[in-house]
Amino acid sequence: MRKSSMLIAMVGLILSFAGSPVNNGYKVGDKVEDFKLKGVDGKMMSLADHQEAQGFIVVFDCNTCPYSKAYLKRIKALNEKYADQGYPVVAINSNDPKRSPGDTFEEMVSYANENDYEHPYLYDADQTVAKRFGATNTPHVYVLNKDGGNLVVKYIGAIDNNSRDASAVDKRYVEDAVDALISGDKPAVTKTKAIGCTIKWKAA
Amino acid sequence: MKIIIFYVTMSLLVVFNSKAQNDADIIKFDRLDQLIKESGERIKVINFWATWCGPCIKELPYFEAARKNYADKISVHLVSLDFADQIAKVNKFVERKGMKSSIYLLDEIDYNSWIDKVDKNWSGAIPATLVINEKTGERKFVESELTDDELKGLIENFID
Repeated sequence: MRKSSMLIAMVGLILSFAGSPVNNGYKVGDKVEDFKLKGVDGKMMSLADHQEAQGFIVVFDCNTCPYSKAYLKRIKALNEKYADQGYPVVAINSNDPKRSPGDTFEEMVSYANENDYEHPYLYDADQTVAKRFGATNTPHVYVLNKDGGNLVVKYIGAIDNNSRDASAVDKRYVEDAVDALISGDKPAVTKTKAIGCTIKWKAA
Repeated sequence: MKIIIFYVTMSLLVVFNSKAQNDADIIKFDRLDQLIKESGERIKVINFWATWCGPCIKELPYFEAARKNYADKISVHLVSLDFADQIAKVNKFVERKGMKSSIYLLDEIDYNSWIDKVDKNWSGAIPATLVINEKTGERKFVESELTDDELKGLIENFID
């Protein structure tokens, strides 16, 4: 009995570290390191490939999360609206396909085809990009802006304030942030939170 | 006669079922906030879940088991973040799994307005669990899927 409660206490102690949130990802104002990931078109892509872009709307996304599905049209609309204005959407799937079988690269290819993706959909196979950004759930957005030669994080969080009903949205966080950047202003809201599916991390 | 017996049996079944059914309370944030802040003698375990969340469904039986194992010491509150129009699905799920803990559905879609009020360290991903000592106010927030042992450890740390 004593042993078992000792064990439980120890597990609790370990948990108090393991359970700490991963807060060492990018913060607003941080410079972003470029990455090279395979897209659903089979080609490797880096942010540097988009020389003409003024910035990016990076979305950690996936095939399987109900919130990602709820935002599918809105993510496509963001790309449609902002790609030509210099802020294309770049979607990244970081889910471990072992834990989320609907998120294999092959499934990503068919999902992007079925849903007529115009934006890149990249496979973060070893999850390093999600970790570097500090992404936690899907869809999780990072708006980046070119400042001098660097890409700088300007906004982190949700797309808007109603995941259930696009027509009931009255705060468009990402649009507001990108509109501000296009006008040369600082986004008024730089960080928001939303309920979402946790990124399915590989077993340690 | 047979028909009368049939109807009586059916209506009894309906009455019995409606009493046995542990339906979710649809609540707003003020009720959740009240629940978090209520003082008392127990260790309060609040888990955030949803029927669409695989890891949440996996850990729910551990919360049900803990409610039985520490019956006189803890209270378990399972807060679903399913959309409010999914209430029937939530109730069906609760019934099918025979869940007996207090079940809520938090109908607050403007997430950014309240997530920080539950815990500043919460990104919004679920499952997430908040444990509070009602006597001392001491609290621990965990944003990850728990194993049975991890949940026990979490609770025992508060009981000792």
